[in-house]
Amino acid sequence: MRLSYPIAHGGGDGRRLVAAIPRIAAVADTLINALATLLTFQHMLYMLLGVSVGLTVGVIPGLGGIAGLSLLVPFLYGMDEVSALAMLIGLVAVIPTSDTFSSVLMGIPGSSASQATVLDGFPLARQGQAARALSAAFVSSMLGGLFGALVLTGFVVIARPLILMFGSAELFMLTLFGLSMVAVLAGRSLAKGLAACVVGLLIGSIGGSPATGEFRMIMGFDYLYDGIPLVVVGLGFFAIPEIADLLRRNAAIAEGSALGSGWGQGLRDWWRNVFLSLRCSGLGCMIGAIPGLGGSVVDWIAYGHAVQSTKTDPKFGQGDIRGVVAPESANNAMQGGALLPTMLFGIPGSGSMAVFLGGMVLLGIEPGPAMVGADLDITYSVIWSLAIANVMGAGICLMLAQPIARLTRVPFQVLAPFMIALICFAAFQATRDLADLVALLALGVLGVLMKRFGWPRPALLIGYVLAPQAETYFYQAVQFYDWGFVTRPGVIILALLTVASVVLGLRNRVDETGSAGSVEAGGTDRQRLPQVLFAVAIGLFFLWALRDALGHSFLGMIFPASAAVIGLAMIALLLPQLVTAAPGHKARFDAELAVTPDQGLAGMWGGIGWIAALVAGSAVLGFYAALLLFFPAFLLLRARTRLVPAALMTASAAGVVLLLAWALSLNFPYGLAQEHMALPWPFS
Amino acid sequence: MSKNLGITRRTGLAMALWTGVALTLPMSAQASVSFEGETIEWIIPFSPGGGSDTWARFNAPFLQKYLPGNPTVVVVNEPGGGSTKGANLYAARAKPDGLQLLGTSGSTQFPYLLNDPRVRYDYQDWKVVMASPTGGVVYTTPATGVTAPEEIGKLADQKLTYASQGATSLDLVPLLAFEAMGLDARHVFGFQGRSDGRIAFERGEVNIDYQTSSAYISNVQPLVEAGQAVPLFSWGALDEDGVLVRDPTFPDLPHFGEAYETLTGQPAEGPEFDAYFAFFAAGFPAQKLVVVPSETPDEIVAAYEAAFEAMKADPEYQSAKEAVLGTYEQVTGPQAQTLFERGTTIAPELRDQVVEMLAGEYGVRLGE
Repeated sequence: MRLSYPIAHGGGDGRRLVAAIPRIAAVADTLINALATLLTFQHMLYMLLGVSVGLTVGVIPGLGGIAGLSLLVPFLYGMDEVSALAMLIGLVAVIPTSDTFSSVLMGIPGSSASQATVLDGFPLARQGQAARALSAAFVSSMLGGLFGALVLTGFVVIARPLILMFGSAELFMLTLFGLSMVAVLAGRSLAKGLAACVVGLLIGSIGGSPATGEFRMIMGFDYLYDGIPLVVVGLGFFAIPEIADLLRRNAAIAEGSALGSGWGQGLRDWWRNVFLSLRCSGLGCMIGAIPGLGGSVVDWIAYGHAVQSTKTDPKFGQGDIRGVVAPESANNAMQGGALLPTMLFGIPGSGSMAVFLGGMVLLGIEPGPAMVGADLDITYSVIWSLAIANVMGAGICLMLAQPIARLTRVPFQVLAPFMIALICFAAFQATRDLADLVALLALGVLGVLMKRFGWPRPALLIGYVLAPQAETYFYQAVQFYDWGFVTRPGVIILALLTVASVVLGLRNRVDETGSAGSVEAGGTDRQRLPQVLFAVAIGLFFLWALRDALGHSFLGMIFPASAAVIGLAMIALLLPQLVTAAPGHKARFDAELAVTPDQGLAGMWGGIGWIAALVAGSAVLGFYAALLLFFPAFLLLRARTRLVPAALMTASAAGVVLLLAWALSLNFPYGLAQEHMALPWPFS
Repeated sequence: MSKNLGITRRTGLAMALWTGVALTLPMSAQASVSFEGETIEWIIPFSPGGGSDTWARFNAPFLQKYLPGNPTVVVVNEPGGGSTKGANLYAARAKPDGLQLLGTSGSTQFPYLLNDPRVRYDYQDWKVVMASPTGGVVYTTPATGVTAPEEIGKLADQKLTYASQGATSLDLVPLLAFEAMGLDARHVFGFQGRSDGRIAFERGEVNIDYQTSSAYISNVQPLVEAGQAVPLFSWGALDEDGVLVRDPTFPDLPHFGEAYETLTGQPAEGPEFDAYFAFFAAGFPAQKLVVVPSETPDEIVAAYEAAFEAMKADPEYQSAKEAVLGTYEQVTGPQAQTLFERGTTIAPELRDQVVEMLAGEYGVRLGE
């Protein structure tokens, strides 16, 4: 296990590894003792508290470990270490379990770890199979979580040298491997898919450049200095287009008559794909354990793997249960993997882990080598907590799956104001700024158009998530190793994996445009004009980004400029196809052409209009006052409910938002009104 | 941890110390101010989970316990713009009633000292109620041939590489330090935190690094014992007169000034040393500051200072403080005032010198 490439002073790690092996017997003893200590009524009670909070914040999109921790911190004082760790682990372990509810039922990614679940989970819900998708997801989550705990048990003692093998060069290759998933997710037209990925790369490089700190594409807005937050991007591209779409139909989310066979079938689905679930758990665990890649790609990589490895009857993007099993197995397993760098090096492998790390420090535990030395008992109580919490969380969610799945039977126009309020609330958790809402709306409009013209949004998201890492690690690798980094063995292995992934990906591609994709898009010149104009607009965005990039120093410019050039090349390929190719060409797509008057669809922009109204109201009156006006207006004018139910629903929504804001000590963004007069909370 | 302390002993200890502290404080301030039934917002211009957030969440319950009237103290995160957004909001909104505190960090002080165009706050409008110092140790690898701090001279003509979070981040301090010492250090940017930099050191990608004191003790000390790292110097601390002295946590290690003299053979002075010193003060001895608007009445400030002093005697505070604060003591009164002044003022010519150097050598254009 000696590292095979030169490392100036890493020699001690190999020795430490060998020395670790005779310790296994002693380690097993510590392991059993840790379990015995943990299994007391008091510790379990605190874990249940953590699990309950974790499940609750997981259900609400945009809230995650960070919000959960601020709810639990007041309890940390005076608690003993084991109880406190059980509680914190209970919190972070189950967030990727319960975030599945909103991903599957509403098409809103419950957290960044569940974005890929939306792709097949939501179509299943719309086919009336929500309970099936949920139960398959929960049992996958449980297996993933247990797998993560198992890996942690086996590897924690020897993980240090393994983690240290991943230098910046290997991390760069890992981001390339992640980007190779674009091949799977590119949809019908590869040129469109790559162009969408470039849009993501460019959005991801807004803000400070990692090498020089120059601020790119900020257009003078303070908000853009830090880039657009992940939550806003995820909700803008996935939640808003779905809401807009559902509002056109005026029906419930589930189209089928029954709720479908319940959770029994979901369990059978999972069992049939148990090896996929195990493989994805392994993937999730590994990606979590490598510090620097971040938790937000793990679901996409697992999803991509599911698509690549499926040979029989793939229906990905249109409700394939394997598209639910894979990411849900991976995202829970990732937490187990992510605990390794968190505890061994103090490097959080994901957002929740940053929070866990903060909690550890508040408890007076400093991460470091001692976690596998003097503090091994702490480490093992963490691992046991992880395993037990995953079982607890999945069990509770399974019990709730059937009743909560009924939400998909509710007429959507009644559900819509709650969902709009929810995603707006979630979006401004990102930086607690009105600009979060504006960015959400702007990206939502782009998302609606991409959906209409068949541009793959997952490819964009992968580009967005990996842009900062790809740029940073490439720059660092060249700084540290010069171009020689390409000959490192780890780099070569990862390069081969990436090539294999691209080849496999091009063979099996996801088509999320679904049944509408069969429409012969654009017979006449007039009919094809909108999609041509959209492609031209994207091309203009690339040109603008290129122009902005060229205004910076070489190191600040090279990444966005290269991306923009690739994007322009793709547009140059795409445009002739859109303009001259015969009808039915794979590049051509416009969902609006499939719309016929007899479907009774409302206008495409109606839903967006309502969201825009809430955002504009917030800018004037502040978010809370705008919400109080938005609810009755929507329910009375759009959903045409009666006065009393409208009043009751408004009151309940107002109450829930108030409770959340109070619990999280949150100030709502200011509107014009607050700039000019002092108002009492929550209006202030 | 706290469970090891008997209840009676703990209470006894607390009472004894509390009496001692209370006697030294002006009693009138205690009597006239009460926050009963109020909610105090402690604005932290950073995301939850980071160092400043943990620091505030650690202190908040004790503040709640020891402020007169036991108000509810909540930590409110307003992240963005490398902490300039939250500080701007505070500057625009806070009233001098003691109900809103701002917790700043070196990352709030630096853009202010550098005249970043995003800064719309002025430390001159604020009064310090507490300062929380920190420190750190610079270390290198034995592969450089250095085996002890005295041999720092061996670094003089070697190529050094440092994993930096960015030229205007807290890593500006090591940047200016190496610059002043005339070391040939290349700064590779884009690291996410000091622990990220440490792992690059352990991988052998960089050969010089620093860690804050508590991270140094738990993570680098084992490397030193295993012969994989050699400490060079501590950043040092400021005494009550603002003079650079050895860090009390590392009394055996030279401070930066001493290392500077060993390496250069010159006394620690001159424009490059002064430029370093201004940012060092803002980044370490005065790293975390709790401020209120200047117009805040003296008795409110005094009530806060009394509460911060009283919490130091709390056994719960003492048992947990080391992991959060390192080995340093939070200070109030004249001592905090000294640190505040050192950490928030810079001579205009020194600022220009640093801004020009950053632009010339690192292509940093502030706010562009």
